[in-house]
Amino acid sequence: MNAEIRPIRTPAEQGLSGELKALSRAGGPRIAALREAAAQAFHDNGLPHRRVEEWKYTDLRTLMREALPLATPAPVAQVEAHQSLLLDTGLRRIVVANGVVVPELSDLADLEPGLSILPLAQALAGGSEALARLGALQPGRYDAALALNTALATDGVVIEIAEGAQIARPVHVAHVVSGQRPAASFARSLVVVGAGAHFTYAESFEGPAGLAYQVNSATEFVVGDEAHLDVVRLQEDSASALHLSTLLFEIGRAAKVHAFSFGIGAGVARTTLYASLEGEDSQVGFNGAFLLKGRQHADATLFLDHQVPGCESRELFKTVLDDSARGVFQGKIVVRQAAQKTDGRMMSRALVLGDDAEMDNKPELEIFADDVQCGHGATCGAIDDDLLFYLRARGIPLKDAQSLLVQAFVGEAIETVEHEGLREALVERAEAWLAARG
Amino acid sequence: MALLDIDNLHARIGGDHGKEILKGLSLTVNPGEVHAIMGPNGSGKSTLSYILAGKDDYEVTDGAVTFDGENLLDMEIDERAAKGVFLAFQYPIEVPGVATMTFLRAALNAQRKKRGEAEVSTPDFLRLVKERAGHLGINQDMLRRGVNVGFSGGEKKRAEILQMAILQPKLCILDETDSGLDIDALKVVSEGVNALRSPDRAMIVITHYQRLLNHIVPDFVHVMNKGRIVRSGGKELALELEANGYAEYQQDAA
Repeated sequence: MNAEIRPIRTPAEQGLSGELKALSRAGGPRIAALREAAAQAFHDNGLPHRRVEEWKYTDLRTLMREALPLATPAPVAQVEAHQSLLLDTGLRRIVVANGVVVPELSDLADLEPGLSILPLAQALAGGSEALARLGALQPGRYDAALALNTALATDGVVIEIAEGAQIARPVHVAHVVSGQRPAASFARSLVVVGAGAHFTYAESFEGPAGLAYQVNSATEFVVGDEAHLDVVRLQEDSASALHLSTLLFEIGRAAKVHAFSFGIGAGVARTTLYASLEGEDSQVGFNGAFLLKGRQHADATLFLDHQVPGCESRELFKTVLDDSARGVFQGKIVVRQAAQKTDGRMMSRALVLGDDAEMDNKPELEIFADDVQCGHGATCGAIDDDLLFYLRARGIPLKDAQSLLVQAFVGEAIETVEHEGLREALVERAEAWLAARG
Repeated sequence: MALLDIDNLHARIGGDHGKEILKGLSLTVNPGEVHAIMGPNGSGKSTLSYILAGKDDYEVTDGAVTFDGENLLDMEIDERAAKGVFLAFQYPIEVPGVATMTFLRAALNAQRKKRGEAEVSTPDFLRLVKERAGHLGINQDMLRRGVNVGFSGGEKKRAEILQMAILQPKLCILDETDSGLDIDALKVVSEGVNALRSPDRAMIVITHYQRLLNHIVPDFVHVMNKGRIVRSGGKELALELEANGYAEYQQDAA
């Protein structure tokens, strides 16, 4: 036995340990073993705190005060009442309410040839070839959010794109929390993009304003050789909610992957992206824009693992902080010895509007190859006074001038979203956020 | 009534121990007039233009500025613009991410709103910009780009004049608009400015060199030194300055 000293368990850890005692058996022995291993890892390590480097600025042990009861499925009519702007852009929508797919509200009919969509619960019950990929991607380190998701998520979406299929209409997985009582929802999704296929995946998160619920989502992406995958995420959870999400990417040869994270919601949000570049000559772009106010806390943490030669990665994250909001950006690029000719560039910029706002930037490079081009940068500052003066000298009032400049600031990141409807939806969200500043 | 009346203006760079830059400057500008202000470096010409536009790096310690019958110094920066004060910057600022068209429209509509006028419709606005931009040799590509982003020195100055032509101010303050312009660009810019001359509009043209005043012919020329106007005259004064330089005034003031 290990004689390691165990910290005192917090009420949240105790509550979660209780939930982890009765794990779902669905999905066969491999999945069951994954769940058990994840539960054991949580039991051993608990919630991360500020002495755990990856969670240094997002001390979950302090920020997650209690474990909420697991969410129960919501009545369809109640879920239907939620209307997100993003839902109107002609996408194929799949609704996941309280962590459970709602077939009545999901567009599962007339799937394009080469596109397959199955609720995870159904895949686990009936078996699906794609399930062999579920949980195959491990970040190589203990990640509490992912471990809890692996152990407790029982539904979500399994999407497969056949080799070479060009799916023009994006699939939008709308995660909705519905109900009056704070509860914890877990959802797990898997997206397998076949070689040479082209696919756009959107996911959104929302829930009742003022409700202190918890959401934990994890999505695994397996991207085949020469495939092209775009991911767009819109997180607008309740400002009282705790949002944890994990995205894992396994990327083949000569593939193109772009993932955009947009966040204006949640009281505490943490998004972790893991990318494992396993085939040569691929391109990865991880971008994001966060607009935070009040006492919101949002953390975007990235791990890019360049294992093979000739790949390119680009990251651009923009954070706008009003009031006493806090933004966190952590980006780590690892270039293994074999990964010669890697070209990696990472940039995080923060614009501070509020007097008490805070931004923590932590870019890291770990380079073992000797013929690479890697760079990172981080900036943090207020709106330029000369710019403001110029705009105001042309008659634009102070607030409007600030809004124009903030829009321009986040716009540089949002512009990287390829799908026009989604890009415009994000621009509208940013405009609405600015208009609400009054 | 005078459009602009500056009376015994004293101002310093912000802060209690800021250096005094304007030391009792007085100037009256009537509608329709073009005044040139000339003077050596550091005489306070640009400071005057910034103070009129409302830049808050400066503090007025004495004197008064009346614009169209109202106390200009009490007004916010954008309010001054809406009332009709326009400063063409010596170094126009680049605004990445804000397209010139978006900027022009936001400025025009903000000013109109402030004055209680209706917003300009999209077709009317596009027509207006197209016509004015054409005269100044500003193409569609420049209008789509971020304000002044990637513009050459001459393009920036032309863009300033375009803004002026769209916003139709009552008082145009041109701060060394000729700096960095070659002779062809100077002609285009001057023609743009001259097209805006009207009995209702006044201009203050700040320059080091007489050259600009061959193209934009002033009604009055003032020599500024050490924060004051030390001599005023007609357009012939500019020629005299060109021939003799500022040395005489600098000695006088010392």
